[in-house]
Amino acid sequence: MTTTHVSKSAKPVKGTRTLERKNYPLRYVVPAGAMLLVFFFLPTVMNFIYAFTDWSAFKKTIDFNGLENLQQLFESGTLMADIKVTLIYAVLVAFFQNTFGLALAVLLEKDTPLNRFARTMFFIPVIMSALGAGYIWQAILKTDGVLNQIFGFFVGHTVDIQWLGSTTWTIVIVTIIHGWKWMGFAMLTYLAGLKTIDSEVLEAASIDGANAWQTFWQVKFPLIAPAMTFNVATALLGSMNSFDIVQATTNGGPGGSTEILNLFIWRTFGKGLYSQSTTMSLVLFVMVMVIAIPLVIYLRKREEKIL
Amino acid sequence: MSSATYSESGVKTNNLTVVRKKSKAGDIIHAAIVILLMLVFLAIPFWILIVTAGKTQAEAVVPSMALPSQWHLIDNIKEVIVEGKVFPALLGSLIVTVPSVFICLLFGSMAAWIFGRRTSKGTAMLYALFISGVILPPSVVTIMMLLKMIGLSGTAPGMICVYVGIYLSVVIFFITGFIRTIPPSLEEAARIDGASPMRIFFTIIFPLLAPTLASSTILVVLYIWNDIFYSLFILSGKMSTLPLNLYNVASAGLYLNNWHLIFAYIILMTLPLLIVFVIGQRKIISGITGGAVK
Repeated sequence: MTTTHVSKSAKPVKGTRTLERKNYPLRYVVPAGAMLLVFFFLPTVMNFIYAFTDWSAFKKTIDFNGLENLQQLFESGTLMADIKVTLIYAVLVAFFQNTFGLALAVLLEKDTPLNRFARTMFFIPVIMSALGAGYIWQAILKTDGVLNQIFGFFVGHTVDIQWLGSTTWTIVIVTIIHGWKWMGFAMLTYLAGLKTIDSEVLEAASIDGANAWQTFWQVKFPLIAPAMTFNVATALLGSMNSFDIVQATTNGGPGGSTEILNLFIWRTFGKGLYSQSTTMSLVLFVMVMVIAIPLVIYLRKREEKIL
Repeated sequence: MSSATYSESGVKTNNLTVVRKKSKAGDIIHAAIVILLMLVFLAIPFWILIVTAGKTQAEAVVPSMALPSQWHLIDNIKEVIVEGKVFPALLGSLIVTVPSVFICLLFGSMAAWIFGRRTSKGTAMLYALFISGVILPPSVVTIMMLLKMIGLSGTAPGMICVYVGIYLSVVIFFITGFIRTIPPSLEEAARIDGASPMRIFFTIIFPLLAPTLASSTILVVLYIWNDIFYSLFILSGKMSTLPLNLYNVASAGLYLNNWHLIFAYIILMTLPLLIVFVIGQRKIISGITGGAVK
């Protein structure tokens, strides 16, 4: 803040930096900065402290206990299992959400009335509560649910596939639901990316005799790199922090096979084991950070190389 | 990058080349695929939602696509409103959502104006710090502890502060991208006339932000209106919101297998956002697509 005050007295002719400081005073970032500092950064710092204490609902005092929480979580197998589930979940969500979103964007790119209607309709799942969406899909995928009824109708006898009861495949199904919920959003960002492509580039491609397939993969796809960066990063990193869809469809089961970190955090918090919960929250934070930095750098580099 | 919004001219030239190549048959196949996808991925889930919400408990125990023998949608919604205590929950949702969005937009656009205009390395670093919340997960357990320390746990102001802390980053990210597309010349004219930064911000910049403010509003409202995770930690048992209430209704033993009530509730809580979206969909869609890909 001191620099702002100094620049005020200085003559505005001094160059762009001084001008900038005068015309765009830093005090305008203070309200946002204060809120972020107290309600985002401070809890994050506290997370790094309380993860190494014995804070719980059953004790009056809070003392440091070193790496004991981490060790307990590791020894019970929960730590590695939940990290693994969360990673698989995030990668699958990023895959489905982007595949569905990009496919929809390409399909609905032309500005026809039907396409405009479809774009609106595919955005409705985005508006819905994820918890609500999860309950609807639970009704569809239950063993006596609608999907098995539909299959049963076609094959002529009762089908009882346990869509939400497989320790291997249920996580894939839940991530497809997650992708379904957010595909409308990915579709919009990809559509925006497609619209930024210069029509001359496309004309040049068509003069060169490129067919639709070639035009897409060799011209359009590379040019929507910024949309891709945004979508892959938000889907991958955002889904590590998800909760409601899993909670509503499987509640972490079967056998913990869909227990992503936030489910553990909430369940353990509810038991009063606050420090264990905090430790897992720290694990999530570190995990996102460790993945985010190289990922964003890589995706940005990819953009620079293409554009 | 102003072409990132739906520019009509860009679309048309784009289509001309496509139209020339595609035959009528291609268009019909394309339309058929679009309709089929909508039927499978949207119509079926929404159909199940609506018919199940219209059934009696006996009919809805096993959810199916069959029509209810008699429509009970209004009765079910009434039952949910009375038994499920919807009004306090609706009030709770409104009390936390409206101020959170207002503060996010006001503080966010002020900060975004500075970040969008200043070019120094220091500002860029500060910007990176401010938008780190787009990616980094909030530390939910210690937020709860912090609120307890300052006496805001379980209260609407506490919840609002938490939401602002979580979603400010996204808002700043979106608005900064938009501000960079506004030519500074507009401000310079006013500045020569001696207008103060505050005057310039509120009379020139803020009105120009309307499209991006609209889409940021939608985005933040979407997150907060539907949030369950953070409100579980902060509000549980002290105050109700619509999703919290749905969660309690659905997990309570009393409501186990009461699909008709759960689905009636989902319809009820989705309606407000759906109405807003249908009215403003053109603006919302172009606003979101304009801001994200910078």
